Amino acid sequence: MIEQTAKAYATRKEFYRQFGRKSRGAQMRRRFLKNKTAVIGMILFLLIVITAICAPLIADYKGVAIKQIRSERLQPPSARHWLGVDEMGRDVLARIVHGARISLVVGILAIGVSLLIGGTLGALAGFYSGWVDNVIMRAMDVFLCLPDVLLALAIVASFGTSQVNLIISIGLAFTPKMSRVVRAAVMSVRSNEYVEAARSIGARNGRIILRHVLINCIGPIIVQVTLYVANAILTVSALSFIGLGIQAPTPEWGNMLASGRDYARDAVHIVMAPGLAIFFTILSLNLLGDGLRDTLDPRLKQ
Amino acid sequence: MGGSSYPPLRAIYKSTERVDGMYKYILGRLIVLVPVILALTFVVFTIMYFTPGDPTAVILGNEYSEEASSHLKAQLGLDKPFFVQYVNYVAGLCQGNFGMSYITRAPVGQQLSARFPNTFKIVIAAMVFTVVLGIPIGVYSATKPNSVFSNITMVVGLLGVSLPIFWLGLMLILLFSVNLGWLPSSGMDHGFKSIIMPAVAVGANYMANVMRTTRSSMLEAVQQDYIRTARAKGVSRGAVIRRHALPNALMPTITVVGMNMGALLGGVVLTETVFSIPGTGRMLVETIKSRDTPSVLGCLVIMALCVAISNLIVDLIYAYIDPRIKAQYKKEVAQ
Repeated sequence: MIEQTAKAYATRKEFYRQFGRKSRGAQMRRRFLKNKTAVIGMILFLLIVITAICAPLIADYKGVAIKQIRSERLQPPSARHWLGVDEMGRDVLARIVHGARISLVVGILAIGVSLLIGGTLGALAGFYSGWVDNVIMRAMDVFLCLPDVLLALAIVASFGTSQVNLIISIGLAFTPKMSRVVRAAVMSVRSNEYVEAARSIGARNGRIILRHVLINCIGPIIVQVTLYVANAILTVSALSFIGLGIQAPTPEWGNMLASGRDYARDAVHIVMAPGLAIFFTILSLNLLGDGLRDTLDPRLKQ
Repeated sequence: MGGSSYPPLRAIYKSTERVDGMYKYILGRLIVLVPVILALTFVVFTIMYFTPGDPTAVILGNEYSEEASSHLKAQLGLDKPFFVQYVNYVAGLCQGNFGMSYITRAPVGQQLSARFPNTFKIVIAAMVFTVVLGIPIGVYSATKPNSVFSNITMVVGLLGVSLPIFWLGLMLILLFSVNLGWLPSSGMDHGFKSIIMPAVAVGANYMANVMRTTRSSMLEAVQQDYIRTARAKGVSRGAVIRRHALPNALMPTITVVGMNMGALLGGVVLTETVFSIPGTGRMLVETIKSRDTPSVLGCLVIMALCVAISNLIVDLIYAYIDPRIKAQYKKEVAQ
């Protein structure tokens, strides 16, 4: 019936226009844009992303970010060096900007890895339930006994501290949490009528999961992914800070803090800048995540 | 303050049948812990076993030779196959023996018992800080949702959840040790004074989190019908909040506090590094760097146990506060 009515109008948009209703996407967009803090978070995060992409335009990597000019060590912020110079005579601004690339790439790809592994396991557990669910979730429970920083520490210790290993380690560390999120989301839509309808017309399980179930529980997953990316970025810098992450001279916010801490007494700017960079990145993602939650998952609205 | 719904519930809780059920439940939960710890040690053991590098090379350092290496391997049981090594380790663990550190050659258990109290103190102090500040502020700001105070706490809460522990720690050191000279910047030699900053640094995130959770669940609770009913009956505002709204609003807060236990232990690794505190967190970092497998395993086992036990405590507190969950235990035990 609805199908036929909808077909009478050339597009869904036209259908909605005729009935004076905005499409679901438009409704959500409006709800999101009304949320001031969420918009601030999004703009802040986009700015950080753009800075990271444009890093080579702002400061040359070889010529500025890792180049040591001994004579200018520990200089405070000035017109020439906006954020000052660090303990090795390197421009802090250049290192912050290039550090953003590493933090974002590692953080986002790590959560990608966890989404790939944890998402698959969670979707299987939630969809099939029964023994599949039991086996997968009991295995995940084992890892949930360790905080994700520790888990990442243990894994990175054996893999070694290259950037790729860091991505895999942090991704694996977030896998148990991710599988729980996806499982819960899948379980909440699994018994809907459209799933049954899809099955009754002969769709296979794989198709049902990918085309019907996952599409419909994408909301809560996106919310958690945003918040987990913040956590992953924090984990990258935490690991680098204790010396088990990105290694110097590659600029990374965590290792900048670690190497600068001994000089913080005389030159506060070298620990101020990376700390604030981490802080604003995490803040922007938290604001964005909270805003998305209010938009995509109105039941949880605070 | 006249006794309303509490005394009879406590009486049920304390009845022998109830206590018996609780014991059985606790015992059941502790038994479930065994396979979890076993699986965890297996995973970590496997990771460390297949980590490239020869531990004897680390131990012997300059005195390394083929002969000394194979001799040492036989001594430490490292020449045995993987599964034999693992079974030996678990057999030792069952007797409370965490094995021998590769580096210091001292029993790992000894080192853990020397270092764990420091970690424990910081975690407990952080927990107290989180709860004592977070819950009252959250409740107060929820009772006056549009006041200046409430708005300030919201902003502080938002900023607080985004603060990196290690950076906050550095900033605290700069302010309170270097500039003001009030608190020691490192170590554990100054009693309570040396716990304050590490606990605040590691707890700040969670304080903000607890505050926000308490505020939002409290805001929801005070809108419920039973609150209006209680007010209509003539119960005072304060009493309504204390006895009707708070117990219901605290459930999500307890969940957050309990889940934080794990995150706190993760954070302790960072605080202990920043404040140079000889605790299990720093021990873990140091031993990972020196590839001291038995010590790494020991630290991880202790921390996993802490998380599991705190989860159990949270579940018990749930049951104490929420009679519905208590009824479930009864059913489980009866089956």
